[in-house]
Amino acid sequence: MRILPKHTQRAAIAALGGATLLTLSLLVFIIVFVLEKGLPVLSLRFLFTNPQDMGRAGGIFPTLVGSVVLPLLAVAIATPLGVGTAVYLTEYTRESRLTRVIRFGTDCLAGIPSIIFGLFGFIFFVTTLRMGWSIISGGLTLAFMILPTIIRTTEEAVRAVPRAYREVSYSLGATRWQTVRRVILPNALPGIVTGVMLGVGRSIGETAAVIFTAGSSLRLPSSVFDSTRTMAVHFYILAREGISTENAYGTAAALVIAVLSVNLIAYWLMNRVMARRS
Amino acid sequence: MNPKIDIQGLTVSHDGQPLLRNVDLAVPEHRILGIIGPSGSGKTTFLRTLNRMNDLEPGFHAEGRVLLDGQDIHHPSFDAVALRRRVGMVFALPVALPMSIYDNVVYGPRQSGDRRGRFDEIVERSLKAAFLWDEVKDRLSLSGLRLSGGQQQRLCLARTLALEPDVILLDEPCSGLDPISTAKIEEALTLLKQRYTIILVTNNTKQAARVADETAFFLMGELVETGPTGKLFTVPADKRTNDYITGRFG
Repeated sequence: MRILPKHTQRAAIAALGGATLLTLSLLVFIIVFVLEKGLPVLSLRFLFTNPQDMGRAGGIFPTLVGSVVLPLLAVAIATPLGVGTAVYLTEYTRESRLTRVIRFGTDCLAGIPSIIFGLFGFIFFVTTLRMGWSIISGGLTLAFMILPTIIRTTEEAVRAVPRAYREVSYSLGATRWQTVRRVILPNALPGIVTGVMLGVGRSIGETAAVIFTAGSSLRLPSSVFDSTRTMAVHFYILAREGISTENAYGTAAALVIAVLSVNLIAYWLMNRVMARRS
Repeated sequence: MNPKIDIQGLTVSHDGQPLLRNVDLAVPEHRILGIIGPSGSGKTTFLRTLNRMNDLEPGFHAEGRVLLDGQDIHHPSFDAVALRRRVGMVFALPVALPMSIYDNVVYGPRQSGDRRGRFDEIVERSLKAAFLWDEVKDRLSLSGLRLSGGQQQRLCLARTLALEPDVILLDEPCSGLDPISTAKIEEALTLLKQRYTIILVTNNTKQAARVADETAFFLMGELVETGPTGKLFTVPADKRTNDYITGRFG
């Protein structure tokens, strides 16, 4: 029997649609699962009070601070470095052996397990540079961890800016830097923001690299040289050491909501910027 | 009268492949020089050599001399960025930058550090000269991308005029435009030649006949013939020119 095009067409729709549906339902399942277990514990009090008895009682305020400060620091360090590298590679160098080696290197870096970054951060920042377990050690380590992602997404975004825009800019007597600043970066912005948001997402959920470098102190940090604990680490310790399953899920729910809202806010901001320009 | 641009023995190659061979051409000041020829004849390469846009692409190599007001533009001391402010260019495809009409027009002056106080006047003067002012004067903050193709091309012309260049290079500026937009651009050009030297590459021989004072015919990387437009179109010296303008090939 011959297979008719309309049959393969139907099979393709079913298979592709099925894959999408499965992915979506998994996502929904995870979120619902975490929220169902965590929401009963979650309250403003839980978010904004200090933990007591290792987290068995009380809230998670210091870990909330840790989860805000650490990714922010990581992104603040990694964004200029990553965007700078990407723009240099795409706009200031011609495709050569060297750029291919650099690109291969960043790709390898992106594939390294986070615990290796944690180990490196521990040896280099915490002990060799004597920064100790601190927000600064953790922030620098996370910055290195998310750097490849930011470089690659920025590179893609910069490459996607139409060549004609560059030609127009140069033909109007703009220098390379003026072209980068006035034409390339503004048009690559959505892609860059995507890369940065991926970086935020990775560092907010990171545990291994954070424990090794920022430590897991439950005290509210007063400077970047203090140790801190993030929500992800808090969740890990509460669950791993059987301290409090309820509070562990409460923390997890807070983390999930935080990640979702960060993404939504970024998306909304992006849309507003784009709408203003076109 | 000294030519505005004097091209002597210009040979341009890309990755060793010659695209232009030994071109000698004098571009007179305050005239429109039309350049005609079939595609692949080196017209665009020629144009992009004059403001050194080819320098931005790897693999291009130019020999010979291109003198702008007597100075060699390929001399190491000649700044390519400064050159492009003096030799403006309008591309075949209208490309408005994704910013407002106003910002599009002042893009060049802004980069070269012109006084902001002059911007309003530059915008009005440039848009008027490009015959676009009446259509956009009430919505200068609108994105340039919202304009129609014909309007965008006039915006591109205005953007180039805002630099107050000496020379304007146009690379088939009307190839994608309707007859009315084309007529507006042609009308603008004939007025602009009083102040600027214009080189117009066109695939449309009739357009060259309409607006160009002088016409040059390129074929397979060679300049076959150049002369006053009336003469070139009525009594061409070379048989190949005659074949091309009568539509026997190309």
